[in-house]
Amino acid sequence: MTSWLIGLRDWVDDRLPIMRAWNTHMAQYYAPKNFNFWYFFGVLSLLVLVNQLLTGIWLTMFYTPTAEGAFASVEYIMRDVDYGWIIRYMHSTGASAFFAVVYLHMFRGLLYGSYKKPRELVWLFGMLIYLCLMAEGFMGYVLPWGQMSYWGAQVIVSLFGAIPVVGESIVQWVRGDFLISGATLNRFFALHVVAIPLILVMLVVLHLLALHEVGSNNPDGIEIKKTKGANGKPLDGIPFHPYYTVHDLVGIAVFLFVFCFILFFMPEMGGYFLEHANFEQANNLKTPAHIAPVWYYTPFYAMLRATTLELFGLPAKFWGFMIMAGAIAIMFVLPWLDRSKVKSWRYKGMGTKIAIYSFAISFLILGYLGAIPAGGFFMANIIPHHNEWLTNQGVTQTLTVVYFLFFLLMPIYTSMEKTKPEPQRVTMK
Amino acid sequence: MKKILMVILLAMPLVAFANSSEKECGSIDCDKFEPELHDKASLQRGAKYFANYCMGCHSLAYMRYERLADDLDISHDVSQKNLNFSGGNIGDLMTIAAPVKEQKKWFGAAPPDLTLVARARGVEWLYTYLRNFYQDDKRPYGVNNRVFKDVGMPHVMLELQGMAKCEPGPVHAANGGVKRDPLTREEVLRDPQTGEILNPCGRLHVEKAGKLNGEQFDEAVGDLVNFLAYAGEPAALKRQRMGVYALFFVSLFFVVAWLLNREYWKDVH
Repeated sequence: MTSWLIGLRDWVDDRLPIMRAWNTHMAQYYAPKNFNFWYFFGVLSLLVLVNQLLTGIWLTMFYTPTAEGAFASVEYIMRDVDYGWIIRYMHSTGASAFFAVVYLHMFRGLLYGSYKKPRELVWLFGMLIYLCLMAEGFMGYVLPWGQMSYWGAQVIVSLFGAIPVVGESIVQWVRGDFLISGATLNRFFALHVVAIPLILVMLVVLHLLALHEVGSNNPDGIEIKKTKGANGKPLDGIPFHPYYTVHDLVGIAVFLFVFCFILFFMPEMGGYFLEHANFEQANNLKTPAHIAPVWYYTPFYAMLRATTLELFGLPAKFWGFMIMAGAIAIMFVLPWLDRSKVKSWRYKGMGTKIAIYSFAISFLILGYLGAIPAGGFFMANIIPHHNEWLTNQGVTQTLTVVYFLFFLLMPIYTSMEKTKPEPQRVTMK
Repeated sequence: MKKILMVILLAMPLVAFANSSEKECGSIDCDKFEPELHDKASLQRGAKYFANYCMGCHSLAYMRYERLADDLDISHDVSQKNLNFSGGNIGDLMTIAAPVKEQKKWFGAAPPDLTLVARARGVEWLYTYLRNFYQDDKRPYGVNNRVFKDVGMPHVMLELQGMAKCEPGPVHAANGGVKRDPLTREEVLRDPQTGEILNPCGRLHVEKAGKLNGEQFDEAVGDLVNFLAYAGEPAALKRQRMGVYALFFVSLFFVVAWLLNREYWKDVH
């Protein structure tokens, strides 16, 4: 039996370099041995991607992409399809899980300078993946055709209308109609299940190829390829397989525990993974009182909503849109903003540390503010009665400025601050 | 230090989740209600109330008679006789014959489908809403609702509850509690200067009870809301049951993975 399998393997290997590929990416891919907790989120992103693709295929078998049938077909999946509910919850929980692990994965890159030379392309491909993911999540959310699907799409698509002159035409072109309708649903379905997943998978391949070309960064931010042993292999590197495959299994187990807990015991996550209003069918004559995007867009939504600026005769909506788009676009140039001599924040100075903490806290609070209704007072979120100071809008505007300053001031604080000397070899802590 | 900060950062979104789950009930606070999906008797009573009091106007269009009967331990015969008034097949969806256009004329708005109302509105909202109809002669059906002001729906369970009337009720003091007289500790109902009633519909009072007394009516509404919670997600109990097995399996997998990892990493220093 084994010899037969080996024979088959060799037969294929003579015609297709499967052994070389295996060695390049797994058995002889040398990864730093000092990966910590933060390094689980890459493999977890891959796991969730596979989950989304598989559950998505099964959902497509039962889903009806029409304005008349979409909502009912989702309930059909939840009730009449055998174990349809589990597939649907895997997909809906998976969507949120995807963003959770990707945000943590990106933050890891930020902490340890994984975007810096020679990994700029890894970062750029990663950013494109994130962009695709946002489009994928947005269009996927429209498909159940609930109230929040409809009105969320209405708010986001109409943003293009703020562009001067051509705005309205673009909006109509995107919608395929004069309002969000079955035509919009159909094209979003096509993009959500075919076009974007295709691009997404290709980008993931490029992300990994680029990574394996230059090698993984590590929490110390030093290049393990600089110190090689007699056999020509990095002294601080270990083969990805079996060391990190077994290591990642532990992380996957912990992740699956949390994932299954949410999936089986709180699939709505208090209205944050599946919003309450989305259990009501889309109705274009009834605007919900509070339109909130799903949690993973809320930091950017908060920035959009809090923009009151009117410049050059253009409406605040346009500038809000520009700020929101800018907040995402500015992340692309991160590799060229960081002028530090060292990669990891372990060896960067006080300036970077303060900047990263302020950035992370701003992002989280912006996320919270984007989820609650506009207006109101910030302190009332913390202490319930009579704290009528600091408006939510003012806090949002301030934190938006903090968000942008993190990037805009980066060339200054990273080049001015005093860095600590990097170690020669990686440290295990 | 870093670990603590990380935990705080990771836990922050959860705090935000925990804070914002409450739903308000119109002009009043929601009454507490916890669905009891294990209580088959309550669910059966709820199904009965639904068929008798709701289904004249409201459909349950994503639910099938058969699924309901099987889940609630109701025999198909009993279900066909007592729940399925349209005389359709046991496998049919629980739709209704009332025409939407006519319904709009009768009530001002077509009564919504109720399959998912417990998930859209929340069970506490429903439980509070159904117990807060009161007499209001200005409204077409003679009733109004403290949770859903000027709702088009008549008080369909009037024969069970009897007509409730508004009474002056307590008002909130600046500290969020009930405003009381500082000397007598009695609730302040009128403005001390003008004598005007501050909260004219702060309480409801049923003078002449219907077929059920107050407590029994609350229970009946509880059964009905319990049933709607079930109808919102019929697989909920199965989901939780499977969840226990899934978590058990994942825990087992964790132990195996952890031991395997420890074995391999023995030679990494």
